[in-house]
Amino acid sequence: MSRISETIASKQAQGKKVLIPYIVAGDPGLELTVPLMHALVASGADIIELGMPFSDPSSDGPVIQLGAERALRAGTTLKHIFAMVREFRQQDKDTPILLMGYLNPIETMGYEAFASEVSASGADGLLIVDLPTVECEEFFAAAHGHDLDTVFLVAPTTNENRLESICKHSTGYLYYVSLKGVTGAAISDHGEIRAKIAHLRTVTELPIIVGFGIKDAASALGMAAISDGVIVGSALVDKIGHLQAGKSYSNAQLVATVGVIGEIRSAIDAL
Amino acid sequence: MSEYKRVNELGSREAEQPNDEFSGPDVHGHFGRYGGVFVGETLIAAVEELDQVYTRMAADPAFWAEFDHDLKHYVGRPSPLYFAERLTKHYGGAKIMLKREDLNHTGAHKINNTIGQALLAKFMGKPRIIAETGAGQHGVASATIAARLGLECHVYMGAEDIKRQSANVYRMKLLGANVISVESGSRTLKDALNEALRDWATNVDNTYYIIGTVAGPSPYPRMVRDFQSVIGREARAQSLEQFGRLPDALVACVGGGSNAIGLFYPFLRDTEVAMYGVEAGGDGIETGRHAAPLSAGRPGVLHGNRTYLMSDEAGQILETHSVSAGLDYPGVGPEHSWLKDIGRVHYVDATDTEALTAFRDCTRMEGIIPALESSHAIAYAGKLAATMSPDQIIIVNLSGRGDKDIHTVAEIDGIKI
Ligand SMILES: Cc1ncc(COP(=O)(O)O)c(C=O)c1O
Repeated sequence: MSRISETIASKQAQGKKVLIPYIVAGDPGLELTVPLMHALVASGADIIELGMPFSDPSSDGPVIQLGAERALRAGTTLKHIFAMVREFRQQDKDTPILLMGYLNPIETMGYEAFASEVSASGADGLLIVDLPTVECEEFFAAAHGHDLDTVFLVAPTTNENRLESICKHSTGYLYYVSLKGVTGAAISDHGEIRAKIAHLRTVTELPIIVGFGIKDAASALGMAAISDGVIVGSALVDKIGHLQAGKSYSNAQLVATVGVIGEIRSAIDAL
Repeated sequence: MSEYKRVNELGSREAEQPNDEFSGPDVHGHFGRYGGVFVGETLIAAVEELDQVYTRMAADPAFWAEFDHDLKHYVGRPSPLYFAERLTKHYGGAKIMLKREDLNHTGAHKINNTIGQALLAKFMGKPRIIAETGAGQHGVASATIAARLGLECHVYMGAEDIKRQSANVYRMKLLGANVISVESGSRTLKDALNEALRDWATNVDNTYYIIGTVAGPSPYPRMVRDFQSVIGREARAQSLEQFGRLPDALVACVGGGSNAIGLFYPFLRDTEVAMYGVEAGGDGIETGRHAAPLSAGRPGVLHGNRTYLMSDEAGQILETHSVSAGLDYPGVGPEHSWLKDIGRVHYVDATDTEALTAFRDCTRMEGIIPALESSHAIAYAGKLAATMSPDQIIIVNLSGRGDKDIHTVAEIDGIKI
């Protein structure tokens, strides 16, 4: 069992929901990412989604776009990200890390070299936003050749054919996109999401984690109640955007910056 | 003439097309290793639906009859194939024939595509259309067709481009479109495309996205090519009619590549016709300040397809530079990437300076003010013509008129208008 699957299974065994924060690696400065990751774990994160910044993030809303711009301005590359994961792993052997990003930087490096580095650095899985399953075979083989989980998105618009292919290629968990739109938008229709998730349960045993549009304890509660857990991105990246590259922060300050994660943890643990 | 009837011209819409290397893309939208569908999951269903609808419509003669009718009565086609006698004399060599897309309604080839896609939007019952634009020509063409069909229209345009193409911005507004300034990234065409994709994902139920060139996820590259190939179909017939033979060479500028593929496609099987796609050389390829992914880029994935791109060694998309907003794009349609790799089309470049010289030459010698985009094609055609003999023929795609560019040129001349 992968570290991702084990982590989720153990939460489920405790009757608890999974909490996954998303941050952009290198945002706003290279040196802040690892301390932020530890602060996230201290605040109750179960898994960390670490965004690999791309110049043209066409599935992201303004908040994460700005995060990616800050990270790129700080000079973040895949090499730096592998180094961050390595450094994080020196202190934390348990928290799974999923790298999430767009295809072009990965293709530029080459799937095999990329998967090999990801695995060697100690990360656990990959989610490539603009790589649909019909185009993914080579990537899939490289990832699984290095024991990495492959997570794919399921959207409200996903039809049955595609759902079957997505379930076949997904390991670790399914990432259910709560809304039609980009990251950071607002969830409008809980009833529809509930119905979709109920349907997903009939076609897959994979854990279903909901993301996009979860910004506080209230929205997290609503989604966690009908799924296996939640992903929090824009609300967090927005706060991290107020930090300054090159400035030093205490642990307590970073925990305060990611305070929304602590709040959501307490809220969903009360479910 | 009968000699050429044997070759089944691509894009002829005759039911029997030979199945050869030029019959692409495959069912997944691949031209060789290029093309495909690389978008977020939310958009996949929309792209698939569009593919199905277009595939069905493309097999229906009634659809093409309506398209042809609009091109004739609304756009004013066919556009002339005009002998540029003084330019020919000036360059000293092959005959320069200009395919006059500048004479189309709205002043560029872009309208051919928007006519076709708007018919699809109408058929699919989408009341809201969105478009991205660089020079503003595609935005104007989209706003025009939206006005004609009574559709709501939103055009995404980079903040930088809004500054340099203010006349087109005002035209779009007059036509009733909402022009949205894109402030993210490099604030040019690529960022406008990103923003349009985000809008589409958000409003996927009621929105049709009219992409303005042969890029984007499948089926756009194939569909936009099919709509634009009216240019090459006409040019081929006009050459046979005027000269009793096919031209020796075709020259077109390449931004995303729609006017170029529109001219080239019906000639692809005519192996004796040489083809030149002219990218924006900007300050010169060697300076890195250009917009020439085929000449100086590498394959990658952007805006829904795999193609040649201008990206750095980390895979981040580079900012581009060209005096012409319509060529200022780091990618290119995937079919061009494939045509480059198989060697069917030569991809070359013209610098800002060369394009500006050609702009003035064409204006002064032919009384035709060409778009700065098209001026790149004229510039290269001039160089090419000089290496050829007077009995040879070059068809240059004059993709648009240059009224929109007079502010840019005046500014370069230090004149305030
Ligand atoms: C007149 C004209 N020509 C060419 C282009 C470049 O586009 P494409 O390469 O798709 O023809 C544009 C784009 O705005 C244009 O306005």
